[in-house]
Amino acid sequence: MSVPADRHYTPEHEWVSIDGTTVSVGITDYAAQQLGDVVYLSLPTAGASVTAGEPCGEVESVKSVSDLYSPVDGEVIEVNAELEGDPSLVYAEPYAAGWMFRVRVAQDGSGAPALPPDLLSAAEYEELTKSAG
Amino acid sequence: MSGAAGIPSVNGGEDVKSSAERPRQTPLHAVHERLGATMTSFAGWQMPLRYGSETAEHLAVRRAAGLFDLSHMGEITVTGPGAGAALDYALVGNLSALRPGRARYTMICAEDGGVLDDLVVYRLDEDEYLVIANAANTDVVFESVRDRSAGHDARVTDATGDYALVAIQGPEAAGVLAPLAGGLDLGAIRYYAGAFGAVAGHRAWVARTGYTGEDGFEVFCRHQDAPAIWEALSAAGVGAGLVPAGLAARDTLRLEAGMPLYGNELGPDVTPFEAGLGRVVKFDKPGEFVGREALAARAASGPVRRLVGLTIQSRRIARHGYPVLADGKPCGSVTSGAPSPTLGVPIAMAYLEPGADEDNRVLAVGIRGAEVPAQLTDLPFYGRRH
Repeated sequence: MSVPADRHYTPEHEWVSIDGTTVSVGITDYAAQQLGDVVYLSLPTAGASVTAGEPCGEVESVKSVSDLYSPVDGEVIEVNAELEGDPSLVYAEPYAAGWMFRVRVAQDGSGAPALPPDLLSAAEYEELTKSAG
Repeated sequence: MSGAAGIPSVNGGEDVKSSAERPRQTPLHAVHERLGATMTSFAGWQMPLRYGSETAEHLAVRRAAGLFDLSHMGEITVTGPGAGAALDYALVGNLSALRPGRARYTMICAEDGGVLDDLVVYRLDEDEYLVIANAANTDVVFESVRDRSAGHDARVTDATGDYALVAIQGPEAAGVLAPLAGGLDLGAIRYYAGAFGAVAGHRAWVARTGYTGEDGFEVFCRHQDAPAIWEALSAAGVGAGLVPAGLAARDTLRLEAGMPLYGNELGPDVTPFEAGLGRVVKFDKPGEFVGREALAARAASGPVRRLVGLTIQSRRIARHGYPVLADGKPCGSVTSGAPSPTLGVPIAMAYLEPGADEDNRVLAVGIRGAEVPAQLTDLPFYGRRH
């Protein structure tokens, strides 16, 4: 199971990659392993506004259906269209070709992207998955 | 994402035992860990859910072969001169008529005709039967058969702890197993038959049975011999495309083959007749059997609901418990659903009320608020070419 150090994580097993005010979102390798082959995805549409901690889609695998939560507040600016035709990319490459959507977030007073304070570092997330067994 | 913290459940069977006991491990546990399997808690056992992609494992079984650890299944032995008569009374089938070396699919029912479990029974010898129960039902089956055997000259033993079960399933199964099964003529073991022999040098009961809709064998061996048998089969199958396969693939394979799963299609609230399996009830066998009266009444009145196959017109899965609608009105309930890797569309089994599919009514499944069209499809969804 891999947890790249170049991004942040949520307790809902999503990863967040921050580039300026653009935030890319996907699910972690741990989540992908637990889910197995993904057969259907419901993702937010471009232009939709999303709220941190609120459901914004669904991930359906052979064995289960899970809600997808937005990890940040903002506006969806891009959705991974490739997943529509090939949702198996989520299982095969959760950190790369399996990315799900991008959100533009607001800037805080100092010009930095406004992000929820409770995002986890790679080390913190790894710890969380270990304690989950 | 929610739901990922818990391990996704295998339809109907997860953690059936509510006790807080630590799940039991099969003798192949270390092998599964080495192979990087995603493990799941299933009926009180820690079992491999998948080793990699469950879809790939499924397709490997259809096209080549898969290797399964089924050591969680219950093994109950019934021995003695009265063993056949005891099973005739305890189960709905005619087991005294089963010839040694043959197997039978049968069920154990309650007095009211409800199904307590579906079983495969092997007659190992004249006075020795091996009853295979679902893991979640092993205790119930053992206790029921033991209690129902009172007065018969038969000894009933729960031997689950003594047995391991390795299944090799798929068109290449016989070819992979044959060189390792020295002295056994696999060609002489017909479907639903078995023989004692040695596999990789270890004594085993080798049966041509399975739960995948493919040709294949189930190898019942001693606990301590399972790793050696598994490793020998794995090595022998490399060239043939044999892969380890988990419970997730097993579930989609049996669903395509139209085989019921206890807890989904079968349970104490249905009789064999609802499940379309009334043929397992042998009213003409000698003597009484538990459930006869209720089952005879049900056979005469006809089933109150009917198990059907559905093909879903979407990529979304119609899952256990989702409602089936006819012209928008509830008319039944999905028992099992999954993507069919062989057919490329989601499939499901469901119980429908009588008349639900009459008069060209349009069927649909309610999938989390959406009405998704569904097509009645003959069972099984998949049948192998002989």
